Amino acid sequence: MTGLTGLLLIFGSLGMPATGDPQSPAARHVSPRYIEQSFEETAVPNMVTSVLADYRGFDTLGEVTVIFTGALAVLLILRTGREDDENENS
Amino acid sequence: MITGQQTIVVSTICRLVAPFAQIFGLYVIMHGHSSPGGGFQGGVILASSFMLLAVGDGIEEMRQRFSSLAVTVLSSAGVLLYAGIGVVCLLLGANYLDYGILPGPDPRSLGMLGIEIGVGITVTAAVVSIFHDLMTFE
Amino acid sequence: MLDFAIGNFNNVTYVVLMMIGFYAMTGKRNLVKKLVGMNIFQWSIILFIVSLSTKRGATIPIILGSHDHGEAPVINAFQYVNPLPQVLMLTAIVVGLATTGVALALLLQIYKRYGTLEEDELLEKIQTSG
Repeated sequence: MTGLTGLLLIFGSLGMPATGDPQSPAARHVSPRYIEQSFEETAVPNMVTSVLADYRGFDTLGEVTVIFTGALAVLLILRTGREDDENENS
Repeated sequence: MITGQQTIVVSTICRLVAPFAQIFGLYVIMHGHSSPGGGFQGGVILASSFMLLAVGDGIEEMRQRFSSLAVTVLSSAGVLLYAGIGVVCLLLGANYLDYGILPGPDPRSLGMLGIEIGVGITVTAAVVSIFHDLMTFE
Repeated sequence: MLDFAIGNFNNVTYVVLMMIGFYAMTGKRNLVKKLVGMNIFQWSIILFIVSLSTKRGATIPIILGSHDHGEAPVINAFQYVNPLPQVLMLTAIVVGLATTGVALALLLQIYKRYGTLEEDELLEKIQTSG
């Protein structure tokens, strides 16, 4: 079953554009705007940080909420008291 | 496994390397503007410096230096800082998280710096909290 | 066959990694091995999407010459690697961390309650204990 899925995936990846192509659809619609105008609008040289914190800042807010909820979930799972089970058994 | 003190070589090396790891983590957070890095990466490096203390000296040492109250307060404070900057932009008249309205020479750069610091604080506290809870469960 | 693999070296490598993770998730019976398989699967997808952002002859997405206090640097879209997939995968990495943490906490509670981490023994114990 695993080999069949692997062959299907390789067959599906034949239709993808060649790697390293500057004219691939992933690099054409909104990405040149981010690259060319990120330094004039924000004075930050790192393009990844400017896209992460300025153009897509709302997604990063959701991201920080996810990690906060993850820590909270671990705390809730691992800290419930088990005294009621011991009282029932005795 | 990590409950007692290890041999003296391991313990001393971990205690020597941990401050350098903390300074490197803070450097990665603050230099997110001009070199690869940012909030998430620096936060995880800073949390791993506390994990070095736990491996070398036992989990109680780490708990003494980064108490449970501090973990709870810091993780909430990071999210509050992030959302607070957005609300300040809202109160000054622009949209939510629109940094162009903040005062100063480079307003969008300042807003981004504040946001990255908030993200770094929350990621540090969350990772240390997960590590401590997984290690002290019996 | 072999020159096909060398020509599409990129995609074949990531599919092989993905299939290793998939086999570990479905073919093994221990719960920790399934968790490790899920982690491998997730990382292979993250690496695959980051590798979609390359361009021939381009450099990393940090603007060169931005610290000379003078005129602004000349920026062309084909000089820099596409930053957009890398940004989205940063979020995916952190989500993976949170998921692995919660899964490990659940595994600890399952072991404390049932005493075993094998899938078939767990199913028997859950069915007999109601």
